[in-house]
Amino acid sequence: MAVDLEKLKEELRNKMSEFFGEKIKDITISHDELVMEVEKDIIVEVCMKLRDDPSFQFDLLSYVTAVDYSALGREPRYGVIYQLYSVQKTHRMRVKAYVTEDDLIIDTVYSVWKTADWLERETYDMFGIIFRNHPDLRRILMPEDWEGHPLRKDFPLGGVKSFYFKRSTEPRAGEPKNLVPRIREQLSDI
Amino acid sequence: MELTKGGSIAIPGTKEGETDYLTLQTPENALTKTLSDAIQYARRNSIWPVMMGLSCCAIEMMATAAARFDLSRFGSEVFRPSPRQADLMIVAGTVTKKMAPVVGRIYDKMAAPKWVIAMGACSSCGGMYNVYSVLQGVDEIVPVDIYVPGCPPRPEALIYGIMQLQKKIGREPVF
Amino acid sequence: MATKRTIEMPVESIESMTLNMGPQHPSTHGVLRVVLHLDGEVVERAICHLGYLHRAKEKHAEHKTYHQFIPYTDRMDYLAPMSNNTGYVMAVEKALGLEVTQRCVYLRTLLCELARISGHLLWLGTGALELGAMTVFLWSFTQREKIYDIFEWICGARFTVSYMRVGGMSREDYPEWRRMVREFLDQYMAAHREFETMLNGNEIFLSRVVDVGTINGKDALQLGLTGPALRGSGINYDARKHTPYLAYEEFDWEVAVEDRGDCMARYLVRMKEMEESWKIACQALEALEKTQNERCNIDNPKIIFPPKENVKRSMEDLIHHFLLASEGFKVPPAEVYQAIEGPKGELGFFLVSDGGPKAYRLGVRSPSFINLQGLEKMSIGYTISDVVAIIASLDPVMGEVDR
Repeated sequence: MAVDLEKLKEELRNKMSEFFGEKIKDITISHDELVMEVEKDIIVEVCMKLRDDPSFQFDLLSYVTAVDYSALGREPRYGVIYQLYSVQKTHRMRVKAYVTEDDLIIDTVYSVWKTADWLERETYDMFGIIFRNHPDLRRILMPEDWEGHPLRKDFPLGGVKSFYFKRSTEPRAGEPKNLVPRIREQLSDI
Repeated sequence: MELTKGGSIAIPGTKEGETDYLTLQTPENALTKTLSDAIQYARRNSIWPVMMGLSCCAIEMMATAAARFDLSRFGSEVFRPSPRQADLMIVAGTVTKKMAPVVGRIYDKMAAPKWVIAMGACSSCGGMYNVYSVLQGVDEIVPVDIYVPGCPPRPEALIYGIMQLQKKIGREPVF
Repeated sequence: MATKRTIEMPVESIESMTLNMGPQHPSTHGVLRVVLHLDGEVVERAICHLGYLHRAKEKHAEHKTYHQFIPYTDRMDYLAPMSNNTGYVMAVEKALGLEVTQRCVYLRTLLCELARISGHLLWLGTGALELGAMTVFLWSFTQREKIYDIFEWICGARFTVSYMRVGGMSREDYPEWRRMVREFLDQYMAAHREFETMLNGNEIFLSRVVDVGTINGKDALQLGLTGPALRGSGINYDARKHTPYLAYEEFDWEVAVEDRGDCMARYLVRMKEMEESWKIACQALEALEKTQNERCNIDNPKIIFPPKENVKRSMEDLIHHFLLASEGFKVPPAEVYQAIEGPKGELGFFLVSDGGPKAYRLGVRSPSFINLQGLEKMSIGYTISDVVAIIASLDPVMGEVDR
């Protein structure tokens, strides 16, 4: 079912600028995808509008993630991506909001779609972006005492902290000597 | 205990000629072996693995246990969910740093004698994941007896690994 | 020494008991850990702890060339690597603005559907095993082995295939292979009927799945479930039908939808889907036979590897091969999101390229990860034994959950 993206774009431009004015920064189509960039302080209202407006009906939040633009030298550093889909209208779009390094806080869209719960936790875990009013913002993939946010560009592939878990090299009671595990240095430490 | 002329072992305390249910008949084609050999024989032909499916290799481990490859031919098909009933830990898959304490603890809970097979590249040396979250080989936390290479190893490779382990157990002194 | 951890929980009722399930547990499909808060044996809360198989694939993508990353996609949803391969290369092709040949499209469709059958067969086998039916496990693995043979004969590996390439395939199919696929498809439906006979009327199985883990369509959509978990709740969304890609528009098939929203509905959806996959695979195979004289790969040596036998003879091909292997091809700056319907649900690849030979950022929208969010909602009010059935019906693959 082909979707007329140009028509959707016009509709989006009319309705959104009517409500939010200058805070909608840009609406573009590239690679057959509709992308809307917004200011981060209206993200919840925009999402609410996109979900409830009968001409958009984005009822499924596909994906939330972030991109660290620091290696490209772009400011602001982080872009938060919301990929939306409408089951009723079978169209997709992407909402982008930028977060600077000094102010890593953006509002959670948990109140709009419950999917955002884990996806935002993952984004927090990987990028350190803080989602305000999130019900349970904890690390999800990395251990709770992990330091750093792995998907940031300044985080090396091999990690920074040395071995996370070490077993005792001493043989336990009744354990033969040859059963003592060999402890190797992490490659990243070299 | 002494061997009598009739080929039966007389249990001390029973009179000659008396039929006793305790009397053991030794058939003419009986083999005599040391107790150590008998224990080794029993050990190596009933290696019960603990279910330690971590990732992709677990699927090949299941395929090994399933119909076509039929691991039960080698006495190792009894996958135990509890480490306390198992002799062998097949570490099938990537061990991450978050999972490492769990793997170590499961190994500790197994009753000795116990053996470990590192199945696949990830558990042998980290494989294709030389990253912050992956342990570079399960031998950093538990002693490994057999490394099975492959990503993932074919079921034949795992079976070969188990056969090598059987040989190894056969060489280990019991007492 | 590992530090002692405490799990924060609001203690509302003094009688509630906390039970840890996993990460090493026979019925959690790998290394999922669920902390259950129980009242007697009724679940009050089910908190998932993930990350026990976090292998940093998204980080790897930033350090590998586009071709080098293909093997990593295999190991995400390792029950159906063909789908992951396809989704990833389609995302790269979208960023490149590349059109693949029609024959390649048919071959990808066929392989994706075989992968779906194979993935669902594993779910069927292990799911039934967890509910006490051993036979189905052995039977479904017999069928899976046949699919493995098919994959092995086309790419050399049993299930970590790494078969797709940007712009085509690593090697072409051949008549004997197509005959092999035909033989598999000819005998598959009989086996499928046997699975249905084993389970559809099985009292023990029914009492474990009917009216267990019910979730309505509205909640399922709110939680972002996709794939059989969403279609089992009566919502008709299948990326193959509604945002068509590959050759799915050309073929005749239906989306499997059930209304009940319980484990039985999800079971029925998957069984129906395997039938539909079989239908698509038959049609794709026919289309493949018809186009057997056409090219499979695109004619662009800057992107796709030349055939290996040419590399040994032609200087030009050797140079192209060397350049592709050492440096890789460059993708112009773009941000794309490509979603396909994997066996578990909507599998999306969000790719940001910066004009270099490596992805600037690759985000993976993994269906298992998001489907698993539904576990708590589904299991509240049911017993511990039902949680096993619910996890089985969600069919999470931990490689995809943690990535």
